[in-house]
Amino acid sequence: MFNEMSVDDQIREPYRALVDWMEASGPEVLEQKRLEAETLFRKIGITFAVYGEGGDPERLIPFDLIPRIFTSQEWRKLDRGVKQRARALNAFLYDVYHNAEIIKAGIVPADLVFRNDAFEPAVIGIDPPRNVYSHIVGVDIVRTGPDDFYVLEDNCRTPSGVSYMLENREIMMRMFPDLFKSLRIEPVESYPDMLLKTLKSIAPRKCDRDPNIVVLTPGAMNSAYYEHSFLADQMGVELVEGQDLFVHEDRVFMRTTRGPAQVDVIYRRIDDAYIDPLCFRPDSVLGIPGLMNVYRSGGVAICSAPGAGVADDKAVYTYVPDMIRFYLGQEPILNNVPTWKCGKPDDLKYVLEHLGELVVKEVHGSGGYGMLVGPASTKEEQAAYAKRIEADPGDFIAQPTLSLSACPTFVESGVAPRHVDFRPFCLVGDDVRLTPGGLTRVALREGSLVVNSSQGGGVKDTWIMSD
Amino acid sequence: MLSRTAENLFWLSRYVERAENMARLMEMGYRMALMPAAASGNRSEWESVLSASGCAAGYDPDAPLRQEEVANFLIFNRDNHSSIINCFEYARANARAMRTAITAEMWEALNNALMELRRPSMHNLAKNELPEFIDWVKKQGALFRGATDSTILRNDGYDFIRLGTFIERADNTARLLDVKYYVLLPETSMVGDGVDNYQWTTVLRAASSLRAFHWVYRDDYSPHRIAHFLILNPFSPRSLAHCSEQITQHLERLARHYGQRHSVHRQAVEMYSLLTQSDMDEIFSGGLHEFLTDFQGRNRILSLAIADAYHFGGQ
Repeated sequence: MFNEMSVDDQIREPYRALVDWMEASGPEVLEQKRLEAETLFRKIGITFAVYGEGGDPERLIPFDLIPRIFTSQEWRKLDRGVKQRARALNAFLYDVYHNAEIIKAGIVPADLVFRNDAFEPAVIGIDPPRNVYSHIVGVDIVRTGPDDFYVLEDNCRTPSGVSYMLENREIMMRMFPDLFKSLRIEPVESYPDMLLKTLKSIAPRKCDRDPNIVVLTPGAMNSAYYEHSFLADQMGVELVEGQDLFVHEDRVFMRTTRGPAQVDVIYRRIDDAYIDPLCFRPDSVLGIPGLMNVYRSGGVAICSAPGAGVADDKAVYTYVPDMIRFYLGQEPILNNVPTWKCGKPDDLKYVLEHLGELVVKEVHGSGGYGMLVGPASTKEEQAAYAKRIEADPGDFIAQPTLSLSACPTFVESGVAPRHVDFRPFCLVGDDVRLTPGGLTRVALREGSLVVNSSQGGGVKDTWIMSD
Repeated sequence: MLSRTAENLFWLSRYVERAENMARLMEMGYRMALMPAAASGNRSEWESVLSASGCAAGYDPDAPLRQEEVANFLIFNRDNHSSIINCFEYARANARAMRTAITAEMWEALNNALMELRRPSMHNLAKNELPEFIDWVKKQGALFRGATDSTILRNDGYDFIRLGTFIERADNTARLLDVKYYVLLPETSMVGDGVDNYQWTTVLRAASSLRAFHWVYRDDYSPHRIAHFLILNPFSPRSLAHCSEQITQHLERLARHYGQRHSVHRQAVEMYSLLTQSDMDEIFSGGLHEFLTDFQGRNRILSLAIADAYHFGGQ
């Protein structure tokens, strides 16, 4: 296991100043800071609900005080790799809704795209503003060694967690002003401005003024509601629900105390299936009837564009390196985790024989649900899971259990290494922008590799050292 | 501003005000029940409180009409839409649905109130020390209004908050006065005797207006003056006249801000003129209860007209 802070008892360079500071402060000061941080989080009301678990719907996501630190050199590689991926994914999306060259070239199988639940026939042939589909790409990255980074998955729809990146930093700056003064840490606070700029840049073609932007949320019961309201507030735009919007003729309006106000760009945090009951799920009460007609006629921009989800499907994921080569003519800077596709007979055979060492995931799953972590599972669990795979092999992929890197983390017994991953947020509009930072998630249970906040994971601030 | 946000702000402040007034109603019942001759009234004090609260329909008809049961119903009953705990739940839910439209201080006031109220120890406090519990509720209302007053922008959102406060307060002052009607002694000869006067001062006390009354009238209590203080006196902060004046002013601000007038503006002015042009003799001779019932009806219609003018409820 690669410990990002120390190798062979030698403190790695980016962590040196932090370790000195921690040793000088002593455990009591750190404990005090930890309690202060928790109080601050509660006071601000940053909470995260876990679906289907009952209990406190507004519970806190655990925050770990010890930052995860990257050197500027490490960051440069991540920055180039993530932007490259975001470009290729958008090129792929444009392609599959137009000429499907990548399929004609025999690189990606047609079934995988056209028979995918996330493929949206309703947007075939439509040109979204700037031909961008996924305006916010969250790329989940893990590390196994000093220079070994792997992309675990892409999130092209509405990746969440960016509010933690911003709030974690706020808390850390309040807790450790001295460290921020003496170290040169890249700021992350410009993210909301960059997001606003990106959203403005994708105004629909019928919009001939400063575009009116809104954030569309399913409502206060949604687990990421805090983030929705946080982003709307930071950008200074309205946070709306479906009931606040309506379609009149070929435009979208919101209901205001002055009467209807036209809306040009919708940053929606609602799934495709719910945004327009006339086009998608008729039982949806979250959406806006007629929205898709306005979208198709260029009267409103939707971020992310309907249909963007086909690019972050876990089976499509395995082709992203090929997309990079095909559309950009470049070699991938960040590698995929080697993946077995259970839809292929040889791969299926291998997976079933090696369930005890692999991580198996549902192709369409998210949030860490419905996966099998081989080394942590019992024989019975493996047998039950094997039955599920055999019933529908195309629905599963498997990956080796990577030896994820670990970072020092506060646990009950003191400070101990815990596994981490990383999600930077790439913005795509008139330009491709990436804030130097991201969300580091940490698996708080010893030995656990599951970092999802819905499964007891925590978060850390991520510091990118500047040159 | 989004209509839904305006609606949330309006109801948020209504619920806070309602919780507080529910506490004031109970304070009145509690005081009246301490009066030795209380039992001579035609209905018990707690039954009156229940009637005036407007929640009597939801009360278990087999449950005794005693302090413990009625207070518990008015404070903690989840099926009672206007119970104090529900008021705080709804207020906070409204706040949470538009966190960006209120300040951190306002949010904290609401959040803390609800968190405390959910504690089991509050049940004991309400059961054993009702006056102390009532003070606690009034304090929460004061904290919220104080936080609002000192932190929120004076934009249209502020107007909707204040409209909610005064629509609700007007309704509640009318209800407080009506308790007196419900306990009113049947024989006219008893009006004006010791019990009657005690009950009238209790109304004042529940409106936190005992001392203010003296400052204004510099004279003895009389039903006439007390009713005047709570209905027609524009200086009394809980009087119908003051509430109506505030409603008119905030609607006027909205009209200027938006450059739009609606029928609600005319209705509010009409209600205000009704209060400035009436006198107490007229009101008493027409029947106080009838006047208050009519006022509550107008107030409800005004509230609906506000909703209509500013497109509440997805209109």
